[in-house]
Amino acid sequence: MTNSRIVHHPILGRLQERGKIHFTFDDNEYIGYEGETIAAAMLANGERVLRSHEESGNLRGFYCNIGHCMECRVTVGNQKTVRACLSLIEEGMIVNSGKKLPTPFKKGETL
Amino acid sequence: MIDVFIVGAGPAGLSAANVCAKNGLKVKVVDEFMKAGGRLLGQLHEEPDGTWWNGIEEAKKLNDEAQQLKVEVDCGVSVYNIKKQNKSWKVYTTKGKFQTKALLLATGAAETAIPIPGWTLPGVMSIGAAQVMTNVHRVKVGDRGVVVGINILSAAITRELQLAGIEVSSMYLPGKNIATGDHGNPILTMKSMLKVASLAPSKLIRIGSKLMKSESLHPLALKFYPKSGIKVWGMPVHLRKAVIEIVGEKKVEGVRVAKVDLNGEPIVSTEEFIPVDFVCIAGGLYPLVELAAITGCPFQYVSELGGHVPVHSEKMKTPLEGLYVAGNITGIESAKVAMKQGTVAGYSVVQDLSNKKEAFQVQLKQAIQTVEETRNQAVIQFHPDIRTGRKKVYMSFKDKGLMKKRDFYGT
Repeated sequence: MTNSRIVHHPILGRLQERGKIHFTFDDNEYIGYEGETIAAAMLANGERVLRSHEESGNLRGFYCNIGHCMECRVTVGNQKTVRACLSLIEEGMIVNSGKKLPTPFKKGETL
Repeated sequence: MIDVFIVGAGPAGLSAANVCAKNGLKVKVVDEFMKAGGRLLGQLHEEPDGTWWNGIEEAKKLNDEAQQLKVEVDCGVSVYNIKKQNKSWKVYTTKGKFQTKALLLATGAAETAIPIPGWTLPGVMSIGAAQVMTNVHRVKVGDRGVVVGINILSAAITRELQLAGIEVSSMYLPGKNIATGDHGNPILTMKSMLKVASLAPSKLIRIGSKLMKSESLHPLALKFYPKSGIKVWGMPVHLRKAVIEIVGEKKVEGVRVAKVDLNGEPIVSTEEFIPVDFVCIAGGLYPLVELAAITGCPFQYVSELGGHVPVHSEKMKTPLEGLYVAGNITGIESAKVAMKQGTVAGYSVVQDLSNKKEAFQVQLKQAIQTVEETRNQAVIQFHPDIRTGRKKVYMSFKDKGLMKKRDFYGT
C-alpha cells in the first residue's frame, strides 16, 4: 500500500495539485505534499509506525488523528513530543520516531 | 484586551465569532487543528432530500465570513491554562497569553475508546481518525478493514470510507470485556440503532419495525439475526459476531472474530480469522470539557448528553461570570445544532458586554428558538432523549443558588 492518496473522489472532487515536500523520518527520505501532516504523509508512503512505546517498546501509530490521544508523538528537529497528526511537514524537516527508553530501576533489567 | 476569546474554530466557535464581530466586538478564535472548521471538516452524508451535506464547504462558508468580518482565527494553537483575573480571563496558549473580557469554550467532543486486545497496534484507529484521514487529508487508511463498534457515527463514517474507495469488509461488535461494557451488548446496540431510524440501515429497520414494537421481541429478532449479517451498502453488519482480538506483529494483519450469544458472550469454537490491514474503533463521542474544568465551572453528569458537561443555561452561559459554552462541549449533537448554539452564545456575549442589554433580547430569544427548531429537524440524532438531558442542565443552572457545589457532580 504505497502512495495511497485519494486523488479522485465522487463527491469531494479531484485532489488539487500541491508542491512536493522532502523530509526524513528516522534518517530515511520521504516525499509528501504541501499541507500534509507528518502522520498523513507517512501513511501515504505506506508507513504506519510512528514510535515505540517508551517502556515496552511496542510499536505505535496514530490513533485519534486530531490531537487528543497523544499516541503519535514524534521528535521534530530538537522538539520532543510533537503530535504527528497536527504537525504539517516542511521542506527538509527531520522527524524521528519516539524510542524505547532504558528502565534501569525496573526489576531484572540493566542499562 | 480582547472582547471575546473563543477556543475552537468549529461550527459553534465560528458561528459565535461571526455574531460577535458583526456587533462590533474584538474577537479572537484559536484551534489546535491546522484548518478552521473543527469536525465539520470531513463530514459527508446524503440528506433525506438527496442533497449532500459537505462539511468542508460548510466550514469554508463560516470561515470566509469570519475573514470578511476581520475575526482573528489562529489555527495550530493549543490552550493549556485559563485563570480568572478580576473581571477578565487570562488564557495561556502555545502562542502567547491573552486577556479577554468574555471566554467561550467551544472545544467539541472526543471519541470514547473501546480497548480490546491488540488495539495499540499501528493500523488500529478511531473511526473519526479514519474520517479525517480520508476526507480531509485524502489518504487511504488501508486496503481492507473492519469497523468495531456499531453506532450512528460508525455507520455514517463507514459509508464515507466506501465512497472514497476503501473496502470495509464488515462491522462487528467489540468482544465483551470489563472495558467494552455496553458496546459489546447485541440487544442494547440493536435498540440504539433502531432509534436512529433516518440513517440506520434500511433492512435493519424493516426487521425492526415488525419485531421491535414489543421489547420482549428484541431477543427474538437477534436470535434469528442472519449469520452472514445484514447487508448495508453491500457490507455485512454483524450484531451476533464480535472482534475479540486484533492480531499482527508490527502492524494490523487481521482480526479474530467469534460468534456471540444474546448477551455478547463469545461462543466457544466459533472463531474465524479475517485478514485486514486496518481496524476502526467506534465508541461514540463524549464532550471535551477539560478547559471548563480548570476554570472551576460546576459540572453535571448527564448520560443523554454523552457524559460530564459544564452547567449552563439555555443562553449558553455558565454560572461563572464571563464564561460561555457552545457546541458539543454542552452535549453530543449534530454540527447544525452546534452552529445555532454558537449563534446563541454570540448574542449572549454581545448582550452582556453591551450597555443597552435589552437591545439584544429579541435576537437572543430568536436564536434560542432556532436551536430548538434545528434540533427537531436533525437527521442525525445521537441520543433520543437529548431534550430531557438539556432540561436537566438548565434546571441545574437555575438552581445553582440553592445547591451546594458538590450536588453538581453525579446525577
